[in-house]
Amino acid sequence: MTAALMLELRDLSKSFELHQQHGARLNVLRGLDLRLHAGECVVLSGPSGAGKSTLLRVIYANYRPSLGAVHVRHQDRWLDLAKATPHEVLDVRRQTLGYVSQFLRVIPRVPALDIVAEPLVEHGVDVQQARRRAAYMLSRLNVPERLWQLPPGTFSGGEQQRVNIARGLIVPRPILLLDEPTASLDADNRAIVAELLAEARSAGSAVLGIFHDEDMRDRVATRLFPMQALEAA
Amino acid sequence: MSALLQVRNLSLHYGPRVGCQDVSFDLHPGELLCIVGESGSGKSTLLNAVAAQLTPTAGSVRYRQRDGEWLELGTLSEADRRRLAREEWGFVTQNPRDGLRLNVSAGANVAERLMALGMRHYSQLRATARHWLERVEIDPTRIDDAPTSFSGGMQQRLQIARTLVTQPRLVFMDEPTAGLDVSVQARILDLLRRLVNELGLAAVMVTHDLAVARLLAARTIVMQGGRVVETGLTDQILDDPQHPYTQLLVSSVLTT
Repeated sequence: MTAALMLELRDLSKSFELHQQHGARLNVLRGLDLRLHAGECVVLSGPSGAGKSTLLRVIYANYRPSLGAVHVRHQDRWLDLAKATPHEVLDVRRQTLGYVSQFLRVIPRVPALDIVAEPLVEHGVDVQQARRRAAYMLSRLNVPERLWQLPPGTFSGGEQQRVNIARGLIVPRPILLLDEPTASLDADNRAIVAELLAEARSAGSAVLGIFHDEDMRDRVATRLFPMQALEAA
Repeated sequence: MSALLQVRNLSLHYGPRVGCQDVSFDLHPGELLCIVGESGSGKSTLLNAVAAQLTPTAGSVRYRQRDGEWLELGTLSEADRRRLAREEWGFVTQNPRDGLRLNVSAGANVAERLMALGMRHYSQLRATARHWLERVEIDPTRIDDAPTSFSGGMQQRLQIARTLVTQPRLVFMDEPTAGLDVSVQARILDLLRRLVNELGLAAVMVTHDLAVARLLAARTIVMQGGRVVETGLTDQILDDPQHPYTQLLVSSVLTT
């Protein structure tokens, strides 16, 4: 049996028009096609400036594509995020599409445990149960228990990143977008993240990510997707 | 999901001057929408026109009330509008002194809105007021103090308690954190964020602060010169602004 197609990009282009810079135009992606199936982990590879992060942000609908389609399998129907309404995008993000960046967006005064539990609560899970699951994720990622009740603003870069991964992976989502989530982690913690990703994949998640660390890339990737910077237009 | 509020082609002119022009949006239950733009962009005019505080020049605002019936706000009687404001809506003003009654105690400020709904039992009113003071992090032993003895941040939290005690379905907020110290601001934003989630409130909030929009609102409307220049997901508008004016707003934010 072949794995289900989860995400299909067709002829995707993205350019930025900078009105404050006399209308300068930056072409970052052009005519890109990509298919992602359940259970695979595709790693975007290529030099800085090739548009890897931009691509993930376009898929997450954080950036608007200039042309082309972002077809996502959302609860057994297909939706083109390039044309979806904001409410549809929000629903896709809640249920289907997860995104973990390098940086945790901290919210003043909210403790780490609640920051991790929040996506699960938004998913409809009871608060106490969500907190228990958050505690499990944090201990899995070796975040010391004495930090759980503190807002992560003062945590180290690696601790914040692990809180961010716990938050990003707490809801089992069919499609995961990862933008260098392990950039400031040591080898032991990278190995744990690799393990969590393997578990997500065997549960059927499709993963699309950026990992600069070669060891990490070799460990998680089932396939590479090479990208090149566009010539200046 | 069905909308709670439908605004269509709403315009309000002050004589020859445009307050807001041809604005349309929907608000869904449990959703917080931010209206951003610089001073004079028409955000507060739009808020007041939507909330039936000002009479629009053209366009319509429809609200689906608790029993499911749609009301056309422009055709409502003054008494019906007051009933909605009392029973289903809440308002939080920028200056808490505009939203509070300064000559009665903090507890009475909270209880008063409940009494307007017909609640008369004194000890129950007092207990509810005490509970809400705690909820907005005001020491409940201050229940008999006048709001004039409170700091600006406390007054704003008291106004929030007074507004939310009746469990409104829709709340209108006009720059609720402007003019407060950043530490006080952070506390109020966190409080609003938590209460909005816990109570499943729908809200329309005017702010000039893009960070506030990012923290609280899934969707944002950007206004310039009384018109909507951009609308959509807040993170998309802030990270990939399309309109020249939005790009200017976003690039003008100081980052620390």
